[in-house]
Amino acid sequence: MTIRPGRIAVHIALILYTILALGPIFLILINAFKTRRAIFADPLGLPNGQTWTTIGFDRVFANSDFGLYFFNSLTVTVVSLVLIVLIGAMAAWALTEYRFRGNTLLSLYLAIGIMVPIRLGSVSILRMMVELNLVNTLTALILVYVAQGLPLAILILGEFIQQIPKDLRDAARCDGVSEYRIFFSIILPLISPAIATVAVFTMVPVWNDLWFPLILAPGDGKQTITLGVQQFIGQYVTDWNAVLASLTLAIAPVLVLYLLFSRYLVRGLTAGAVK
Amino acid sequence: MTDITASSVPVTDVVPTRSRFSIHIAVFLAPALAIYTLFSIYPLIDTIRLSLYAGDETGARSFVGLQNFYTLLTDPNWSGQFWNAFSNNLIFFAIHMVVQNGIGLGLAMLLSLPRLTGGSVYRTLIFLPTMLSVVIIGFIWQLMLNPLWGIAPSLLKAAGLGSLFGPWLGQESTALLTVSLISVWQFVGIPMMLIYAALLNIPDDLLDAATVDGAGPFSVFWFVRLPLILPTLGVVSVLTFVANFNAFDLIYAIKGALAGPNFSTDILGTFFYRTFFGFQLQVGSPTMGAAVATAMLIIILIGVLIYLFGVQRKLQRHSF
Repeated sequence: MTIRPGRIAVHIALILYTILALGPIFLILINAFKTRRAIFADPLGLPNGQTWTTIGFDRVFANSDFGLYFFNSLTVTVVSLVLIVLIGAMAAWALTEYRFRGNTLLSLYLAIGIMVPIRLGSVSILRMMVELNLVNTLTALILVYVAQGLPLAILILGEFIQQIPKDLRDAARCDGVSEYRIFFSIILPLISPAIATVAVFTMVPVWNDLWFPLILAPGDGKQTITLGVQQFIGQYVTDWNAVLASLTLAIAPVLVLYLLFSRYLVRGLTAGAVK
Repeated sequence: MTDITASSVPVTDVVPTRSRFSIHIAVFLAPALAIYTLFSIYPLIDTIRLSLYAGDETGARSFVGLQNFYTLLTDPNWSGQFWNAFSNNLIFFAIHMVVQNGIGLGLAMLLSLPRLTGGSVYRTLIFLPTMLSVVIIGFIWQLMLNPLWGIAPSLLKAAGLGSLFGPWLGQESTALLTVSLISVWQFVGIPMMLIYAALLNIPDDLLDAATVDGAGPFSVFWFVRLPLILPTLGVVSVLTFVANFNAFDLIYAIKGALAGPNFSTDILGTFFYRTFFGFQLQVGSPTMGAAVATAMLIIILIGVLIYLFGVQRKLQRHSF
C-alpha cells in the first residue's frame, strides 16, 4: 500500500498534539537537572556536562520530608485500593449473584456515589473526623477514599462477575461448598483482571487528590505527596531548582507506573466502563 | 451469555439461597454499605441539614430554615461573590464543552481511522497528562507561562506571534480563560478515549454501506458516525459538567483560595472553601459552607437530571 498524503497530514496533526501534550512535562523534567543559570539561559536545551546539577533535589530532601510524604501517599493509596477491591467485590458479588428484595434499590443507592461528589459533604466529614479524633491521620483519608471509590468499583466488578460462567459456582454448590468459600476461593481469584481496571480508576484520583488531605490531614507529617508539593512550592517559590526538582519527584512515580500499566487503563476505558 | 443463563435455569431449585435473603448476603453487603453510608451518604445528608442552621460565636446552633440560602442569594456581601463564582463556573464549563470535548472528538476521529500506524502510542501519550495531579499540572503551567522564565514568550516569538504574549494568568481579563485552557489541556484525554471507544464499536459494514451508497467522508461522519456516538457525547457532557462544577484543586494551586486577580478565577469550589474555612478577615462558617455545598449539590443534581430525563431518553441507543 502506498502512503497517501491524507495519512501524512493525520500523523502530523497527531504528532503536533502529542508534542503539545508532553512538551511542558518534558521541559520540567529536563530543567530539573540544570543549573539555575542554564534554566534561564537555555530552557529548551538538554542538560549537558556543564549544566548538569542535582542541587534542586538536594534542597528538596534537605528542606522537606519528601520521603515521608511519598510513604504517606503510598500507604493511603494501597490500603484504600485493597479495601475498595475486597469490600467492593463482596458487595458486587452479593448484588449480582443473589436475587433478594431490595436488590435493585440497593444498586441504585450505591450508584448515587458515582454522580454526586463526596466532596460536597466535607463540612460534615470534617466534623465527624474531629469527633472521632481522626484529624491529621491517614485513617481519615482512607475511610473517605474507600467510601468515594466503592460505587464505581462495585459497578465495574459487578459487570465482570456477571461474565463468569454460572456452572462453576453451581457445581461448587452441589458439592456443598459454603457461599463464603465460593466467593473467596473461586470468584475472587477469577476477577483479578478486573482488579487492574478498578485499580487504575481508584488509585489515580486518590494519589492525586488535594482536597481531602488539605482539609483532613494538613499537618503533623501526615501530608500526602500532592499536598506536600503544594506546601513546599508555596514556601520555596523563588528557588527554581527546588521547585522543578519537587515537581519532577512528584511526576516520576506516576509516569513510570502509567507507562507500565497504560494498557490496562486503555482497555478499561475503551471496554466497558461507560456503555 | 444468554445460553449460559438459560442452561442454569433448571438448577435453581438446587440453590434455594438465591431466592430468599439469608445471612451471608448481609455479610457480603455489610462492609460496603456501612462505609459508603457512613462516610458518603450520611455526610451529604448532614450537610443539607446543617445548611438550615446558623451558628454563633459560642458554637451554639439554631434552626433558621432557608435563611442561609436567602443570605447567599440576596445579601450584598454574599450574593455578588456567589453569582460571580457561578458565572465563572459556567464559563469554565462552556470552555471545556467546546474546546476540550471538541479537540477530544477530533483526536478520536483521527485515531479511529482504519489501519492507523502507531495509534496506541498516540493514545497512550496524549492521555498521559490526565494521570498527573491537577496541582502538579497547575504548577507546571504556572512556570511555563511565567514571564520571568520566558518559555511561552520565546516560543510565541519563534512562531511570529510574540506580540500576543502577556501575563495571562495575572490579568483579570484573561486569567479565567487561561486557567480553563490549562484544565482542558490536562483532561482532553478523557473525551478522546470515551469517544474513540464508541467509534470503534460502530460496525464497519455500516460505514461501508454508506460509502457504497455514495456518501463522502464528511457525510459519513455527519449522518452515520455522529448520530451513533451521540449517547457517548451525552455521557461525556455530564461527566464534564459534574467535574467542572466540583473543580477546586487547579485554581487553588495556581491562584490560591482567593482565586485572584480580584476573584476573576473564583469558581464554586474555591468559594465553598473560603466560606467554610474563612480567609483574611472573614471567619469561616461551617453552616454557610454547608449552604454553599448544598447549592452546589442542587446545581449538580439539576445538571444530572437534565441529562437523565432530557437528553438520555431522547437519544436512541443502538446495539449491534
